[in-house]
Amino acid sequence: MAKVLLKGNEAVVRAAIEAGCKYFFGYPITPQNEIPEYFSKELPKIGGAFVQGESEVASINMLYGAAAAGARAMTSSSSPGIALMQEGIGYISKAEVPAVIVNMMRGGPGLGGIQPSQSDYNMCVKGGSNGDYRNVVLAPGNVQELVDMVQEAFDIADQYGILCIVLADGLIGQMMEPVELRKPKERPIPAKDWALTGRNGGKTHRVYNLKLQAPDLEQDNFDLFKKYAVIEKNEKRHEDYMMEDAEFAFASYGTASRVVRTAVDRLREEGYKIGLIRPQTLWPFPYEAFDRPQIKKFLDIELNMGQMVDDVVLGCGDKEKVEFFGHTGGVLITVDEVCDFAKKIMGGAK
Amino acid sequence: MSVVFERSKGLADVKTHYCPGCSHGIVHRLLAESVEEMGKLEDTICISPVGCAVLALDYFEFDGIQAAHGRAPATATGIKRVHPDKTVITYQGDGDLASIGMCEIVHAAARGEKITTIFINNGIYGMTGGQMAPTTLPGMKATTAQLGREVSLNGYPIRVAELIATLDGAKYVERVAVDSPADVIKAKAAIKKALEVQEAGLGFSFVEVLCACPTNWGKTPVDALKFVKDEMIPYYPLGVKKDTTKEGQ
Repeated sequence: MAKVLLKGNEAVVRAAIEAGCKYFFGYPITPQNEIPEYFSKELPKIGGAFVQGESEVASINMLYGAAAAGARAMTSSSSPGIALMQEGIGYISKAEVPAVIVNMMRGGPGLGGIQPSQSDYNMCVKGGSNGDYRNVVLAPGNVQELVDMVQEAFDIADQYGILCIVLADGLIGQMMEPVELRKPKERPIPAKDWALTGRNGGKTHRVYNLKLQAPDLEQDNFDLFKKYAVIEKNEKRHEDYMMEDAEFAFASYGTASRVVRTAVDRLREEGYKIGLIRPQTLWPFPYEAFDRPQIKKFLDIELNMGQMVDDVVLGCGDKEKVEFFGHTGGVLITVDEVCDFAKKIMGGAK
Repeated sequence: MSVVFERSKGLADVKTHYCPGCSHGIVHRLLAESVEEMGKLEDTICISPVGCAVLALDYFEFDGIQAAHGRAPATATGIKRVHPDKTVITYQGDGDLASIGMCEIVHAAARGEKITTIFINNGIYGMTGGQMAPTTLPGMKATTAQLGREVSLNGYPIRVAELIATLDGAKYVERVAVDSPADVIKAKAAIKKALEVQEAGLGFSFVEVLCACPTNWGKTPVDALKFVKDEMIPYYPLGVKKDTTKEGQ
């Protein structure tokens, strides 16, 4: 397929429909409104359904129902809306029904602001609902990757029976880039014989969330974590940029990593041996990518107050080696700022 | 010898956890019989609430799912939109539906979702131990209203059937009780009618059932049924609140 120029939010819809998503449930919130708007136009044409929920709380529980009914379905929102969805995220995680959420993050906390931010790393990667659970979290760095990851998210969700979050931000949602819709790699996807379809002459399907006996619930959680271990083994993903001879490494994902990449180019021109490690999956986190004793310092650059720092420290095993720079509240970083920060850390070490 | 009565094929052959004198057993039977008589055992999906009926999915022989507290109508919406040809039912108590889930039930009804809601109104939180519900009667004791519900402090009970009946998307709304054999028969007819409204694709249908909770009311099962008749029914009048079917016009 030829490349087309698409806005990030519209690209999400194209990719989801390409992946077979026929149901969308969502509530308006800036900066992701093009997603529900476009879905509302497209889904009726393909025999699917768009429902504007009365709230994010309702929307995520509609998604829970559609997912339990065996359909490919999704919702999208932005930070405060995702906060409201945490209840349903826990239920979906407990029920192990496959579902997809796109989060176009904005500044927080609270109502916060509407400018692009990476404020939800903790909420989405560490989990903002109750209990022991994980969600797969994909972090696209451009619109092409957004399209690829939205398609993959449905396959990953179906393969493992898990909630998959595509964690982008208002900048990626609002900008236009040329993209190509291409098929994701083939994955083994089990039949949904557990789905609520009516008995249809077969067994009664029951989708549970409550386990009253503690040992039973513990066993469920052990089973969940066995599954999570497989995902950790299979799905960790990151990109190295100019890392071959690097002595310093940026750690950055999503929109922030775009600025950092340009900073790497400029610093390289000036002779600095610096590269970028860009996590593409935030859970499972590519810890091994940071296990590089030759790197003198890791420079974590984010659009928040350093929510990924703990994971970079865990990856490299030395908190003294990790420095942080970022902006928060919807303020973007600039290449100049990142270069100045890096030079301060590197000193004269070219 | 002919069989004059037997367990509905819609009821699983298991013991329930309900207390002696609890009305859930009766309403479960009425729902199971109605689904069976409509020939829908193979095509029904029922959403359990959070509350005493959270395990209802184990007691029915049709598909079931446990929803989050109050969110059953939203979960039902997702299911029905995926399977418009299936019978989708939410079974919810008064705390679930009229307190934490008031938003979801009102909007599902307003959208005219083609689902049926069975609303168990016993004026109390059962599972958590007798706390005040939105439907607790004035003066009625609860563990969070120990001297009785004082309306100047706790406000007034909500007549949910009347509220739902104001919404255009709601096509059939009735309040029934299960305090006597005669009322049980009427309750069965209401549930079946509500399912027929769904089957006809008319829109949202709703049956409020006044129920007894002897355990949390601190009454014997017999006294609890008398309380339904003497106290609940006068505050929550029985009858069809809305019927948009041909017979109702």
